[in-house]
Amino acid sequence: MNIIVCIKQVPAKDAPLAIAGNWIKESDIGFEMNEPDSYALEEALRLKEKHGGEVVALSMGPERVKQTIKEALAKGADRAIHIADDNFAQLDPLGSAKALAAAIQKEKADLVLTGLQSDDHGFGQTGVLLAAQLDRPHATIIMQIDVQDGKMKLKRELEAGWFQWMECTLPAVLTIQSGINKVRYATLKGIMAAKKKEIATVSRESLGVSHEATQKIEKIYVPAKTKKTEFLTGTPKEVATKLVEKLKFEARVI
Amino acid sequence: MKILVVTEQRQGKWNNASFETLVAAQQIAKDTASAVSALVIGKGVSSFADELATKNVAEVLRVEHDLLEAYTPDGFCMALKQVVETAKPDLVLFPHTYQVRDFAPKLAAMLGKGMIGDSIGYRNEGGRLVFVRQMFQGKTAADVTFTGAAPWFASFQSGAFRADLLAAHASGKAPVNVVSVTMSAEQIRTKPMELFKEAKSAVDLTQAPLIVSIGRGIKAPENISQAEALAKALGAEIAASRPICDEGWLPMERQIGSSGQTVAPKLYLALGISGAIQHVVGMKGARTIVAINKDSNAPIFEIADYGVVGDIFEIMPALTEALEKAK
Repeated sequence: MNIIVCIKQVPAKDAPLAIAGNWIKESDIGFEMNEPDSYALEEALRLKEKHGGEVVALSMGPERVKQTIKEALAKGADRAIHIADDNFAQLDPLGSAKALAAAIQKEKADLVLTGLQSDDHGFGQTGVLLAAQLDRPHATIIMQIDVQDGKMKLKRELEAGWFQWMECTLPAVLTIQSGINKVRYATLKGIMAAKKKEIATVSRESLGVSHEATQKIEKIYVPAKTKKTEFLTGTPKEVATKLVEKLKFEARVI
Repeated sequence: MKILVVTEQRQGKWNNASFETLVAAQQIAKDTASAVSALVIGKGVSSFADELATKNVAEVLRVEHDLLEAYTPDGFCMALKQVVETAKPDLVLFPHTYQVRDFAPKLAAMLGKGMIGDSIGYRNEGGRLVFVRQMFQGKTAADVTFTGAAPWFASFQSGAFRADLLAAHASGKAPVNVVSVTMSAEQIRTKPMELFKEAKSAVDLTQAPLIVSIGRGIKAPENISQAEALAKALGAEIAASRPICDEGWLPMERQIGSSGQTVAPKLYLALGISGAIQHVVGMKGARTIVAINKDSNAPIFEIADYGVVGDIFEIMPALTEALEKAK
């Protein structure tokens, strides 16, 4: 079973964000693998361990994303494709999906996995749009994959604690929900082995994708507060005493 | 402008976010002198259509087909593509449900269009609509506009508009028009099977008046006992954001958020929770929200009534002690 996992590199969770127009200032902050994508990678590695085949990590973005690609290789991906694009952050979801699809079409993948959404833009559309571009069936927010006789039985998460079983033929595109598995760490052996693995770099332009943006992020900003927050300060003990008083006599909830 | 709202129902029940989106559509229509059509899709949905017709809409579109009885992305995309092509709306609005996330971007793409998903509001700037959505897990907001020609597709986050503001039809009833669509079973490539809930939850957090909830800031499972001691002193239930349950540190049934439970307690005490959108939709209805977080920029403070910027490991024991004393 040949699997391509789409992996996005995003600002680290605790990175202080300095807004610059419609994106952030990228200097001085750390980046990491988008968390839902790390679950998708883990699921791909487990499927490969069970059914054989290869796992290809696919990532788009500037040079810095190579660091995340290397992490995927260290965890066990067999090889990687890097779509180099310095303006990746400005692409709309359809533009990203078209470029990824163009790279995927050159491969022979039975299954394409992505995380359900990214922690930066949070569009949550890439997987579904990839399926449309590749003309393959898809399912989203997946919590379990059982492959049997060329098709998959899937557990799809719905809202408010509901789930649904479904069947899907292969080839297909799935988006993976966080928590589907327990993500492995890269071993030292894996990190050493990754150095010999292939990273094929192609520029986004060279994929020959024509696309006119459908939407534009005009600007980003710190949202206006909807509530007036009263901040309590002092030593932990003082704060605790104040908070108990507030909850008792002001909010009257305890 | 012509606005089409795609409502959602499943197994004889409305998804109430449908009405919130209908309110959004009514407001946009008022701002831009537009007309609203409400659409219901499925099989045997005439009672849903009749109910929509009592709302302030120009018409109701009833889209029925045997193959639409159970939701599939292929079926819904094929049917709705035909509807959009014949009804020719300028703006197609959806509630941002898991189902909509599953098919609406593809529907837009099949028509060569884009979708602005998970919007929390809009502004009308001289006839040009600006959609507001969150980025970076709620740490920033973003103004997003459509760049190409209509139709435009957008979805609104649950809770972004108030369903109780839904206006009724002025003269009783809007016309219900049946839209016929054609499709065949071979075109549907996924097979939906049974819906189910995991083993019945032992705890019903929706009934808890007081909730102490932990997030990534708790750092390690061995630290949870400190939060539990605080919950005990308060007489509260313990809950968590998704990452804590993903790690298996607390059972999934304790999860608050879009994929877990939605609660509206008297008091919600958020410990080391940043306030990502998926969490906030599950608890923003709480009467009083207290947030304790070391990051003063954490989005949770945007909705908190009381905030403490500090180390939860210093404040949890102090607060437990203060509560014990106040008893």
